[in-house]
Amino acid sequence: MQMQDSTTHPQSNATARHANKIDISAIIGGVLQGGVLLSAAIIVAGVLLALLKGTLASSQLHSFPQSFGQIWAGLLMLQPQAIIMLGVLLLIATPVLRVAISILAFALEQDMKFVLITSAVLIILLVGFLLGKGGA
Amino acid sequence: MDISLLTVLFIFTGAALAGLLGSLVGLGGGILIVPMLTLLFGLPIQYAIGASIIAVIATSSGAAAAYVRDHLTNIRIGMFLELATTTGAISGAFLAGLVAPALLGIIFGIILLISAVPLVCKIGEELPRGVINDRLANTLALASSYPDHRLKQEVPYQVTRTPLGFVMMYVAGLISGLLGIGSGTLKVLAMDTVMRLPLKVSTTTSNLMIGVTAAASAGIYFARGDVLPLVAAPVALGILLGALVGARLLQRMSNKALRILFVPVLVVVAFEMILKGMGIG
Repeated sequence: MQMQDSTTHPQSNATARHANKIDISAIIGGVLQGGVLLSAAIIVAGVLLALLKGTLASSQLHSFPQSFGQIWAGLLMLQPQAIIMLGVLLLIATPVLRVAISILAFALEQDMKFVLITSAVLIILLVGFLLGKGGA
Repeated sequence: MDISLLTVLFIFTGAALAGLLGSLVGLGGGILIVPMLTLLFGLPIQYAIGASIIAVIATSSGAAAAYVRDHLTNIRIGMFLELATTTGAISGAFLAGLVAPALLGIIFGIILLISAVPLVCKIGEELPRGVINDRLANTLALASSYPDHRLKQEVPYQVTRTPLGFVMMYVAGLISGLLGIGSGTLKVLAMDTVMRLPLKVSTTTSNLMIGVTAAASAGIYFARGDVLPLVAAPVALGILLGALVGARLLQRMSNKALRILFVPVLVVVAFEMILKGMGIG
């Protein structure tokens, strides 16, 4: 494997970044992997429970928990569909969490420009949620 | 409608294929998931779209975990451009009531088709040449390098026409807010054609960004009751499996091969937009 000498790069920031002790990529990669694995495990648990209970074949596709309250109530009763929904919600939350963690990662790297940029992205995302307009 | 174990297994397999393709070319695999669920399983379109939003997020997070760690994804470029896509998508959602999305679908489908032409011309290109950082790219330190396992070297790259790329990303967000499709394709185009990044960096950075795009709208679909757990489960799990395989495969692919895969996908997305605009499909 021939790695080019980084000093011959026309740009210097890659070199500067590699020299930095904090590996933002590792932090963000870890958040994504953790979120994905945990939500996959919860969804698998829900599917297995549905199979065990034998409710999969008889499950009505259109009767399922929809609101947070219904999911919570379903979780307390170990309803397979509620467990699956918890996993799905965690999956949805993972990219948003990734943005939030990136702010911390850039702050640790003392990169104020990107702390600002990433914070702005998170604020826009949250405003989008609050407006209920979807988007982003 | 009842759902059997066999149906769940079929959906899982289809989703794995969509995850594989989506993780390679930087889009969510909705182009496969929506037709599969509606045409093969007769699922009403709103539930198919609800499932495809989950598919996009799963593709993104599943593959990005590997891409980010392997330093293929340019996180700085992704974060900076997410400013544009998020604002674009919110404006799109607001504009949705004011403009006719049907007409827009047709217009952007045609634009996508036209944009396939320069891609076809570049079909033999492995790496962009002679790209020099623009001022904004320097200010934000966007240039970087990525390890190419196929070329067996660390490939340094620079970034050009960042402001134009930013504007195009705003449009990509606007389109996804208005039409709900095609945002991954436009993101790859903006980074590949405008900012002249190596294709692997473009698709993996788009892959990271589409998750954020979809997560924001996922809340709406969820609240509307469009996300069916027994459909979402096999879709999410299948996609994650496909995306994990795709993330390994991308390392071994050349940029040339990736481009050959991307162009037909782009054309299909373009036609899907046009058909959607004409009220078919």
